[in-house]
Amino acid sequence: TLPEGSNLAGVQHIVLVLSGKGGVGKSTISTELALALRSAGKRVGILDVDLCGPSIPRMLRAQDSAVHQCASGWVPVLLGQDTALALMSIGFLLERPDDAVVWRGPKKNALIKQFVTDVAWGDLDFLIVDTPPGTSDEHISTVEALRPYQLLGAILVTTPQ
Amino acid sequence: AEAAELRARLRAVRHTVLVLSGKGGVGKSTFSALLAHGLAADETKQVALLDIDICGPSIPKMMGLEGEQVHQSGSGWSPVYVEENLGVMSVGFLLSSPDDAVIWRGPKKNGLIKQFLRDVDWGEVDYLVVDTPPGTSDEHLALVQLLGAARIDGAVILTTPQEVSLQDVRKEINFCRKVKLPIIGVVENMSGFVCPKCKNESQIFPPTTGGAEMMCQNLNVSLLGKVPLDPQIGKSCDRGQSFLAEAPESPATLSYRNIIQRIQEYCEQHHFQEEKIM
Repeated sequence: TLPEGSNLAGVQHIVLVLSGKGGVGKSTISTELALALRSAGKRVGILDVDLCGPSIPRMLRAQDSAVHQCASGWVPVLLGQDTALALMSIGFLLERPDDAVVWRGPKKNALIKQFVTDVAWGDLDFLIVDTPPGTSDEHISTVEALRPYQLLGAILVTTPQ
Repeated sequence: AEAAELRARLRAVRHTVLVLSGKGGVGKSTFSALLAHGLAADETKQVALLDIDICGPSIPKMMGLEGEQVHQSGSGWSPVYVEENLGVMSVGFLLSSPDDAVIWRGPKKNGLIKQFLRDVDWGEVDYLVVDTPPGTSDEHLALVQLLGAARIDGAVILTTPQEVSLQDVRKEINFCRKVKLPIIGVVENMSGFVCPKCKNESQIFPPTTGGAEMMCQNLNVSLLGKVPLDPQIGKSCDRGQSFLAEAPESPATLSYRNIIQRIQEYCEQHHFQEEKIM
């Protein structure tokens, strides 16, 4: 059973977008998938756990947005007139966009855990989780933190070579 | 004792070049492999290629060394030799199957990188080229801390022309400045495509914000060169062959060769200045 008042209690399905390889289009696919689902009338959230190279904010023209906190945690950035697209990324927490996030694993893990449990998503049909390339801290922590919830599955992105 | 071992190994290395990018998939490994081949073309130079991308080691395949194993001797781990003067080390050689995922957290990755630097018996090396994974994390910090920023000639930073890449690469440039790692310059890969049939040029990844050229101007770093897209590059990489050798007439080969020469000149000058000081 889910923890009482869990921030993910209102999320129907969670989809991870993965690839071992960088630069194959994970963030692009995550963005397009989210927009397509929204066009189909679904409420969608995107969680961008690429701490070193967060691409999602720019792809949705939200790079100048700021995030706030509420009683139940972080308030995601809401996009569109209908606010049917919610977004969370470390990109929003950086004071200067060119600042490198030079963190070792344990600090990254702590933030990812926070992102997964402390964002007040509300009711969503789909939460899409965009990941960095590789199979390391971010991936282990994300899967561990999401395990109690409705993990629909993973989409793997590649290029032909 | 460990630190002394590490220092001893590194004393035998004349020049160290790191190949970095904030962004994945922009051609770091491709460039590292070609840089190593290019430097090793001079048979009097001893070249070492170290692949510290633990999750996605591409170097074994690109160098035609898949399936090779690492041997231990009294003097440490032996690199796998492509040519007499070109040795390679990668976690790829330690996997029992190429599809095995290495799912390690930071501290374990750092441990392996330390081992690579301490225990691989490269011998006397003129150029050590280090290929890295994308990002600014454990692997990059470990490398800079273990090698010592002062001992690294500099970093070559790879990008592609579009803003989504540049925004990650600016972070990488800031990382280098933060840890006092000199930047040799930036290489813009996938910079245009010339159709071999009609010779028309297309911008497959349009530089919507001015590409690497604008970024380098703004951040006061050197643009080492722009390399156009050539489908032969990917094919050569997949087949483990040197693209420079397989397509000597390609405009991409010309670009790569110019860039490699600039890097060589930078390193030689760097050394010369050190000697001057001594």
